[in-house]
Amino acid sequence: MKHLLKIMATAIVSFATIGIIGNASADKLKVGFIYIGPPGDHGWTYAHDQGRKMIEAKLGNQVETTFVEGVPEGPDAERAIAKLAETGHGLIFTTSFGYMEPTLKVAKRFPNVKFEHATGYKQADNVSTYSARFYEGRYVQGQIAAEMSKTGVIGYIASFPIPEVVRGINAFMLGAQSRNPNMKVKVVWVYTWFDPPKESDAAKVLMDQGADIITQHTDSTAAIQAAADRGILAFGQASDMIHFAPDTQLTAIIDEWGPYYVARTQAVLDNTWTSGDTWHGMGPGMVVMAPFTNMPNSVAEMARATTASLTSGALHAFTGPIYNQDGELVVAEGAVADDGMLAGMNFYVQGVDDKLPE
Amino acid sequence: MTELLIASIMTMMTAATPLVFAATGELICERSGVLNLGVEGMMLIGAVFGFAVTAITGNAIFGLLIAAVAGSLASLIFGFLTLQLLSNQVATGLALTIFGTGLSALVGFDYVGKTINRIQTIHIPFFSDLPIVGRLVFGHDPMVYLGLIILFLCAWFLRKSYWGMVLRAVGDSDTSAHAIGYPVIGIRFAAVTFGGMMAGLGGGYLSLVYTPLWAENMTAGRGWIALALVVFASWRPSRVLFGAILFGGITILQLNAQAAGLGIPAAFMSMLPYIATIVVLVLISRDAIRIRLNAPACLGRPFRPER
Repeated sequence: MKHLLKIMATAIVSFATIGIIGNASADKLKVGFIYIGPPGDHGWTYAHDQGRKMIEAKLGNQVETTFVEGVPEGPDAERAIAKLAETGHGLIFTTSFGYMEPTLKVAKRFPNVKFEHATGYKQADNVSTYSARFYEGRYVQGQIAAEMSKTGVIGYIASFPIPEVVRGINAFMLGAQSRNPNMKVKVVWVYTWFDPPKESDAAKVLMDQGADIITQHTDSTAAIQAAADRGILAFGQASDMIHFAPDTQLTAIIDEWGPYYVARTQAVLDNTWTSGDTWHGMGPGMVVMAPFTNMPNSVAEMARATTASLTSGALHAFTGPIYNQDGELVVAEGAVADDGMLAGMNFYVQGVDDKLPE
Repeated sequence: MTELLIASIMTMMTAATPLVFAATGELICERSGVLNLGVEGMMLIGAVFGFAVTAITGNAIFGLLIAAVAGSLASLIFGFLTLQLLSNQVATGLALTIFGTGLSALVGFDYVGKTINRIQTIHIPFFSDLPIVGRLVFGHDPMVYLGLIILFLCAWFLRKSYWGMVLRAVGDSDTSAHAIGYPVIGIRFAAVTFGGMMAGLGGGYLSLVYTPLWAENMTAGRGWIALALVVFASWRPSRVLFGAILFGGITILQLNAQAAGLGIPAAFMSMLPYIATIVVLVLISRDAIRIRLNAPACLGRPFRPER
């Protein structure tokens, strides 16, 4: 009932918004965005909206942008995407994993519209996928956490058990183990990307259970604020959250979508757009670390060094030997996990104190 | 272990509090015969205005007052439409939720990302320092106590007070109450406003105490849970408290079970309160007399005073 009503409400509001914007001038390329949350979440959607703003700033004279916010993953997304395609948008970015099937369905109906789906793995002639190697940042966070934790227990707030999130947990664990083999990571799945009170609850529960550093894979600033409230250290997510918790944030993984968005929009303008799969990390600057704060200089130095070697490619976050929870060797000593394994990651590495939900 | 238990109970109480506020308000409203589905919208309006005022003035208590006022004003719109113009209560309530979602996003636009000084937990010398009991009984933030006090006052009001009985009479048979000479519309207006005020406070609790921030849609469906809770409680205040702790507490328990690595599927635990609601509904529907005793007979029916 609750969800049905929410969906109805969102649908009505969304379509009303598009209806107004749909009358805009026709000679400019129209670029549409579908957001899972509000741009004001100061996390995931905020980062995408910064990218949208960069398009406006760089190509504003040839392009106009539209966004539909708070679109639930599922059938409603399909309608919202189709509505953008119907109203003359030439390029549409769908910025959440759950929009994968809806995007593909709509793309089939509108072969002349270009689609860009974030964090998905299925492409089509007019559907590209793109994602960032956030796990590189997670690896750095894991190392910092291992150096800073006193209890040796880290609290990890996870959204949905999809490869993207599992990969982050594993990278964090591997980073932590590289500094202290006995580190424990407690995982709580909240099954939502954006629900500030629930994220806050999860942080509190993890702290209740002895975690003294909190990290999250959800979209709002609630968790880091809950940590700040109890004087516990935490990491920001998707954008720099230092403003919300000046004495708490160790660093944050910042998603830098802007350059990619501008390049893809330019490609559509130049008629050079082709479907593809982009997965950039620290090297091309799609993943950036916020300043290392609230830690001793030595730890910050270490974090900077790790970031530098991840950026140069000298270090890969998933370097063997890596064992799964059953103790089987999954990546041999000296080898690195290939992108196929990373993209479909559905197992925990040894040491994660949780059973992966199926 | 005791430490963990105490911490969990404390977290549970704070999780239950916004539900206690919103559900108590809705309960009074429904007992007068008005079904207001706009709880979610009124909570959001309370949350955003409370937060904005606190961000401007720096005074969270004042912010809470404004949250209550904002919630009441929103409910007055609903009251005017349904009671004066006799519009459909279900549709109007849904519209109020959509309106509240939009208005709060608009008003809150400039406040996203702002920080405020939240209302702190109280500390009573001696009592709060007692082992275990000190924190469990005397260690919450003031709003937890306020919610409980209002809930108990409402229980007393409905059961024992003259006007409480009048309110119930209006909800059970508007025409009879009108025939005896009670101001049905006036009483319903008062109940609707009270419902709005409480929803506003519940929203204000979320944005000022629980997670001191403003984010669009931050109530994330708690208004709907409050509505389910009133039905779950079969319109009895005492059961609202029980239900609120159950609904709020299950979330915390569920998260705790996960963090402890117990391996109970989270989705199963999240489902439990709703299953409980359905079971309760089935149980009370089985017995026609019980429904008559509990559900306000005129719930959701428009009233036009004749003669």
